[in-house]
Amino acid sequence: MISVHHYLLLSAILFCIGIFGVLTRKNAIVIFMCIEVMLNSVNLTFIALSRHVGNMDGQIFVFFVMTVAAAEAAVGLALIIAFFKNKESVDVDDFNMLKW
Amino acid sequence: MYSNLWLIPFFPLLGSIINGLVGKRIKSEKVIGGFATLLVFFSFLVACQNFFRLLGDNVKTHEIVIFSWMSVGKLQVDWGFLLDPLSAVMILVVTGVGTLIHLYSIGYMHGEEGYYRFFSYMNLFAFAMLMLVLGSNALVMFIGWEGVGLCSYLLIGYYIEKQSAGDAAKKAFVVNRIGDFGFLCGLFVLYWTLGSKGVWTFNFVEIAENAHLLETGGLVVTVVTLCFFLGACGKSAQIPLFTWLPDAMEGPTPVSALIHAATMVTAGVYMIGRMNILFAMAPSTMLTIAIVGAATAFFAATIGLAQNDIKRVLAYSTVSQLGYMFLAMGVGAFSAGIFHLMTHAFFKACLFLGSGSVIHGLHHAYHHAHLHDDPQDMRNMGGLRKKMPITFITFLVSTIAISGIPLFSGFFSKDEILWWSFGSTRGHWLLWLLGALAAAMTAFYMFRLVFMTFFGEQKTDARAKDHIPESPLTITIPLMVLGLLAVIGGYIGVPAILGGANHFHHFLDPVFGKSLHLFHIEAHGTHATEYTLMAVSVAVAVIGIFVAWVMYIKNPELPAKFVTKFAGAHKIVFNKWYIDELYDFLFVNPCKKIGTFFWRGFDVKVVDGIVNGVAWVTRGIGSGLKYTQSGYLHNYAVAMVVGVVMIVGFYVFG
Amino acid sequence: MADYLLSLIIFFPLLGMLFVLFIPRDNDGLLKGFTLVVSLVTFVISLPLAFDNIFATSGGMHYREFYEWINIGDYFQMNYNLGVDGISLWLVMLTTFIMPVTVLSTWKSVQKNTKGFMALLLLLETAMLGAFVALDLFLFYIFWELMLIPMYFLIGIWGGKNRIYAAVKFFIFTAVGSLLMLVAIIFLYYFAVESGVQISGFGVHDFYKLDLPYNAQYWLFLAFAFSFAIKVPMFPVHTWLPDAHTEAPTAGSVILAAVMLKMGTYGYVRFAMPLFPDALQTFIPYLAGLSVIGIVYGSLVAMMQEDVKKLVAYSSVAHLGFVMLGVFAMNQQGMAGGIIQMVNHGISTGALFLIVGFIYERRHTRLISEFGGLAHKMPIFATIFLIVTFSSVGLPGTNGFVGEFLALVGAFESNLRWFAVVATSGVIFAAVYMLWMYQRVMLGKVTNPANENLKDLSLREIAVMVPLLLFVFWIGVYPNTFLDKMNPAIEQLLNQMNNKQVAVVEVYQPVVAKLIEIK
Repeated sequence: MISVHHYLLLSAILFCIGIFGVLTRKNAIVIFMCIEVMLNSVNLTFIALSRHVGNMDGQIFVFFVMTVAAAEAAVGLALIIAFFKNKESVDVDDFNMLKW
Repeated sequence: MYSNLWLIPFFPLLGSIINGLVGKRIKSEKVIGGFATLLVFFSFLVACQNFFRLLGDNVKTHEIVIFSWMSVGKLQVDWGFLLDPLSAVMILVVTGVGTLIHLYSIGYMHGEEGYYRFFSYMNLFAFAMLMLVLGSNALVMFIGWEGVGLCSYLLIGYYIEKQSAGDAAKKAFVVNRIGDFGFLCGLFVLYWTLGSKGVWTFNFVEIAENAHLLETGGLVVTVVTLCFFLGACGKSAQIPLFTWLPDAMEGPTPVSALIHAATMVTAGVYMIGRMNILFAMAPSTMLTIAIVGAATAFFAATIGLAQNDIKRVLAYSTVSQLGYMFLAMGVGAFSAGIFHLMTHAFFKACLFLGSGSVIHGLHHAYHHAHLHDDPQDMRNMGGLRKKMPITFITFLVSTIAISGIPLFSGFFSKDEILWWSFGSTRGHWLLWLLGALAAAMTAFYMFRLVFMTFFGEQKTDARAKDHIPESPLTITIPLMVLGLLAVIGGYIGVPAILGGANHFHHFLDPVFGKSLHLFHIEAHGTHATEYTLMAVSVAVAVIGIFVAWVMYIKNPELPAKFVTKFAGAHKIVFNKWYIDELYDFLFVNPCKKIGTFFWRGFDVKVVDGIVNGVAWVTRGIGSGLKYTQSGYLHNYAVAMVVGVVMIVGFYVFG
Repeated sequence: MADYLLSLIIFFPLLGMLFVLFIPRDNDGLLKGFTLVVSLVTFVISLPLAFDNIFATSGGMHYREFYEWINIGDYFQMNYNLGVDGISLWLVMLTTFIMPVTVLSTWKSVQKNTKGFMALLLLLETAMLGAFVALDLFLFYIFWELMLIPMYFLIGIWGGKNRIYAAVKFFIFTAVGSLLMLVAIIFLYYFAVESGVQISGFGVHDFYKLDLPYNAQYWLFLAFAFSFAIKVPMFPVHTWLPDAHTEAPTAGSVILAAVMLKMGTYGYVRFAMPLFPDALQTFIPYLAGLSVIGIVYGSLVAMMQEDVKKLVAYSSVAHLGFVMLGVFAMNQQGMAGGIIQMVNHGISTGALFLIVGFIYERRHTRLISEFGGLAHKMPIFATIFLIVTFSSVGLPGTNGFVGEFLALVGAFESNLRWFAVVATSGVIFAAVYMLWMYQRVMLGKVTNPANENLKDLSLREIAVMVPLLLFVFWIGVYPNTFLDKMNPAIEQLLNQMNNKQVAVVEVYQPVVAKLIEIK
């Protein structure tokens, strides 16, 4: 029997992979994808727990998260493209102008 | 009845405003000067009218309120005038002598730049002085008090191009302000003390009526009168605040005559007379005044012995004579003090105007010969009696008067003061001794002045000496009138012992009688003593004159020998006992140093240092922390994750 | 009309400012002319206040206006609450009077970005007037802060060489103080709410009725007093003033000296003192001490200044010491003296700054050593300067004397006697530094060839000065015009402070504890 714990564990693993990716990779698009993984791991948690406690709120929330993720993807990709036009690179180490 | 009293100060004020505003457009000097003189003369006429009205009136004190000045709660101050015998005498002196000096100025100031300005200031002075003597309360008096200070400032600094004139003007005002500080403090203490007993007033009449609420000889009345006396010291150039008066001679000579001899400097004496009841209640203050007065009379006379500038000799003589007046006030001889004030106004004004006439003549001669010698230095004079006969005679008469030779005005007033200082219940023989010594010195240096100026051979530069003219009529008429007054002015106060009725004394009795009576102030002694003292004072005067004659006529080389023999003493006296230097060292320089320290040390270093320091520290911390903003996404992400882990860890395990 | 008079006076300049924004920026004459007209009209519509005899008969607030403004539930409320009494009356009049004079003085001196300058001046006028008549503490605070901004820009844009430093210093000093005051205001409000007293908004009259326990008063008073002390400015937080004055353009200095400094003293009289009478008793000796130190210290430092404007700025420190001493005397004479001295200082020091402005326009320097002998070249100027100098010195017959005298009499009557003695010595110092300055600038020979061809005052410049001189003598000779109308208000204020119980009321202790806990 697959219990809610398994879902949560999977979700945690996915989240950690996402974090790991965000922290270690340099390619902005990869980082972006890792963030998506993190978001989706959270979605998984929402749905699993929603089913577990028999409350629909979590599932509704997931829709919002997905909407936001879509919007974020649009804006984020646009930003990356704009940046690429400027710097000919998508390496986040080149994204360092926001400082003193 | 006396409702036209306000016209007396009003006329000069009007003159001052009109001359000040439109004088510049008026080309004719005669119009400007004549107008100013005429207005003071109008005041004189009104003053005379009121004086004679008062003479025939049984009620001797009249107060006229024009309108309310300040009214805040219990504090009510009016623009009010007080006419009583004391102020009646004063307005006569001020407007009378004032008119003559205005007239004199028309000729003397001829051709000076800013002629209209001069007369505007002079009229303003007359206004202020009349406010001073007519004010019915201490604040109106204070308006005049400061007003004369202002005019003195303006007129001393009249020659605006001269650095020394500006310095002298400033010094005069500042030293006067030190006195004013005392005056104000005294006023406040008096107001508050009387007020706490239920009488909130600045009015002289009410103060006098309620003076009994204060404890006789008590701390309050002593402090109050000492404060007032400090004010009087500033205005009347007494020790320790006398240093401004000799410097004030930087002003034009008519100014010296009017302000620094006849009127303004006597304001302190007048003020003590006005508040005589308070002073009578404070014997220790009276003693202080007497000592300071006698010391000033003596001390200033010593400086007068060695000066070579004709006006400076007269200035120290004025300080010395003012000392006499204070001596009189201090020993309770109030009416004698006022009497001397009046006679002094006559003969000293005449002396100053005479010296002005001499300076005017010499200036003219030097100008003619294109020389730049100092026309005030007596060493360049001599033998002028033939060139300027009228000036000489009036000058000589006044000199005799000031020396205290019998039958001249100064004799009566000075002698009464000396008699009181010996015989008064508040007197002492030491005071008399100082006074008598000062009298001897006065006779000496005044005759020294006369001999050096008018007698002997003419020491004026050869190119100029034939061009010294007698002054014009506008100058000599005032001289003659004042000279006449210097002779006869004393006869209104001939003491009983010489067979006189002492009208002056009786006239002032309504003002002074009460305090003399209440506090048992009187001069007592036998007629023999009085005659003896009189003889002594005449004798010392004659000796003084004789010594001057020996030194400056008979053996003109004697003074030089004295100077070499007593070089040290002469140097000290010649340099005015180094009082100015002492004050610079004690007060002026420390004040400047403290000011600079407060500014550069405290304000800039401490206060701004703290403020800028806070700003600096903030900036320092910021510039240290800014390196955490690396701009690298990874750093931020790591920091975020670490933060999240820590928070979660804290809640899970904490 | 009377119902809206105050609003009209306050917002007329703001309305004018809006119109100024639509005037083309290169039309210099129109900008200045229009601003002058606006400020003159403001003065004219404020005149009915000055002629209203109600101030002479009743000491309360008149021309009240009250509207609810911001209302968040029942818990936070602030109102548009205006009113004027005999105390603020003359400060309002001073403001509306000094503005046209100031605008007229800018005719030649302001050339750069006139539009911005004029707009800021008018905004500033609105803010100052608002602060003088606001009866709601929150509204007062809004106007109080609003004043800062235009002045910051006036100094920072049109100022002298070191203007940025001066502007920032001015801003930060004042802002630090006013933030403390803001905290205190909010505390006061919630205290009132918690203690269940009936209040309407931040109405200051409701706060007067509060029985604050002593320890709360202690801290609240400190916050208010500190804020106002900076504005006055009192020793030792005065150091922003010389910098701000020196660097500000003439118009800025005039307004700063004539009106804005009065904000601090007014704040004491209207807010800090009546709100916290018990704490006041504790602090009076210290505050009076600081005032007296300010008098002597300001004078001594003024004496040694090399820059005319700095000298005048330090003389302000001394003069305001007299104001504060009078106010702290807590009696009729002292208060009246303090308040009339506020007006006097506005006139005399305002005039002095204008005078410095005149010579600065001609020579572009303010160093005393650069001048000398000007009296010769500029006789009219010399006369006016002399009159103003003596008014500042406090010569009887001019306005300065009346104020100083009343303040000192008041101090002598109260138990600040010894302070008053020291303060009286200020009359000596005032003469020293003012006359020395006058001598060095005006008297003597013309030594600097640059001064040879100076022109005397123009008609416009004389027109700027004459109204000020008029008031110098008016207040000096017949101050009753002004005193009569402030007496009832002062009396009422003093009664209210004296009647208030000494309130260490235990009942309120828990309320305070609770509030402190919330913090």
